[in-house]
Amino acid sequence: MIISIASGKGGTGKTTIAANLAFSLPKARILDCDVEEPNVHLFLKPELDFRQEIGTAIPQIDEKLCDGCRKCVDICRFRALTMIGSRVLTFPEMCHSCGGCFEVCPRGAVTETSRQLGIIEGGRRDNITFFHGLLRVGESMAPPLIKKVRSFCEPDEINIIDAPPGTSCPVIMATKDSDFVILVTEPTPFGLHDLKLAVEAMKLLGVPMGLVINRADMGDDKVVRYAEAEQIPLLMSIPFKREIAAAYSRGELFAETFSEWQERFREMFAEIAAIIEGGAK
Amino acid sequence: MKEIVVLSGKGGTGKTSLTAAFAALAHDFVLCDADVDAADLHLLTAPEIKQRADFKGGSIASINQDKCVSCGRCLELCRFGAVNDDFTIDQIACEGCGVCVDLCPEQAIDFPEQVCGQWFISDTRFGPMVHARLGIAEENSGKLVSLIRKKAAEIAQKNNLGLILTDGPPGVGCPVIASIGGAAVIVIITEPTVSGLHDLKRLVKLAEHFRVPVLLMVNKFDLNLEQTAVIEEYAVARGITILGRIPFAPDFTRAMIQGQNILEYAPESKLVHMLHGIWTRINQFITEQKKELELR
Repeated sequence: MIISIASGKGGTGKTTIAANLAFSLPKARILDCDVEEPNVHLFLKPELDFRQEIGTAIPQIDEKLCDGCRKCVDICRFRALTMIGSRVLTFPEMCHSCGGCFEVCPRGAVTETSRQLGIIEGGRRDNITFFHGLLRVGESMAPPLIKKVRSFCEPDEINIIDAPPGTSCPVIMATKDSDFVILVTEPTPFGLHDLKLAVEAMKLLGVPMGLVINRADMGDDKVVRYAEAEQIPLLMSIPFKREIAAAYSRGELFAETFSEWQERFREMFAEIAAIIEGGAK
Repeated sequence: MKEIVVLSGKGGTGKTSLTAAFAALAHDFVLCDADVDAADLHLLTAPEIKQRADFKGGSIASINQDKCVSCGRCLELCRFGAVNDDFTIDQIACEGCGVCVDLCPEQAIDFPEQVCGQWFISDTRFGPMVHARLGIAEENSGKLVSLIRKKAAEIAQKNNLGLILTDGPPGVGCPVIASIGGAAVIVIITEPTVSGLHDLKRLVKLAEHFRVPVLLMVNKFDLNLEQTAVIEEYAVARGITILGRIPFAPDFTRAMIQGQNILEYAPESKLVHMLHGIWTRINQFITEQKKELELR
């Protein structure tokens, strides 16, 4: 089972929900796919025992073999290769690793080397298995790293995915093939506006979804009314409490600090499991 | 012409609310919303759209079933898993590299250009604004960010406006990289949380990588005074100018519900006084930077 946590707007509490949900279940895997700014580890504090550098294939030109035919330059639509006189120059940061240049070179002069995208780290805390991707600072292509993090899903287990904010390709890469998406929002005009975009994105994926409203008493009732109109079930409301905000600020799991919340998270999980099962029938 | 880009690393620290406040304090400037993926600044500025255009971000493969002989070459070539077994294209997975288009032995694959979003030039009560909307599930947000920043610069040039104020996206990836090149300064808005600091450090590293100077302010500082101190110590050690602190204030949310910035909603408040100070310090930094450049 794969449950993704997404939001549209940043800072609504995705990581809080993902980490506290994992913590409240008897056993879970949590995959932090917000590779630009992963935060789950700050709250879960897992013991790390896995580290893998993730690279992506980029071209390198063997000048002895290259005869300047330009075929590689012509096929590249990302301007990662260019011709200066009769020499081919590469711009590794522009490369999308499509492999076109390797394929078209008639002389075998284009060979593969690698650009580092980032790293994947993994570890455990009690019955929680943890993985996250950490995009190399300066690297712009998050989706291929997110795809790698997603490959650590175990279909037979409960996989919780912390997705990046927004509604563009990184979010889709993180959430696709999920069984359920929890959308986390706040009841403000920004929260509502971005929630609507996130709902449209998730509709595109055809995934059932539910809503968590964070800082539920700081805003208005428009998010609730929108959810009713869209028939998106409201799974949980978390009020704004300085104690919760302070616990968060220190990197505490609030379900650990305020243990009554563990039951609430388990109830939410049961509701999600029932929705997924209902859909499967 | 100078551009101030407001960033945060972590989302939800108050970028847009504070950018809108700066918009109320600035003069002779162009407003730019570079968070094209989840743009919210327009909710506080009520832009009247004067000009709109499609954003063509790239092309996507499309197999012409009449010509396709199911040879499987595209399936073998595609590194993005975008060719389905029945020789249709998974539009979301397609990266737009065109390798299958060029190498299909039957020339059965078309490569139509895609409209990936829209961008707008608007009038607001603060002045001209450039903003955009990236289509759902689209790629190339960086390209759209670069495009609207270019448009903002053109408008500033044409109207002799000396400043661009840009509300940036969260994160440190593609759209953020596209929003900082050539900026005069990045104003980072952080919050006193472990995640705020973690994400701030990565953003500072990125800014250093691209050699754009950074100024820092701590929003909601009173939610955790110890963590605020940790962040400020980090900034001092790193040689980053601290602009000031803003307390946690439900008035920002109330202002947002009214479609207002904080200066409009609570003009007499202490918050506004603090924001005046911060805005003055940002401008001082830019003036000094200008002088330094002239001396060289």
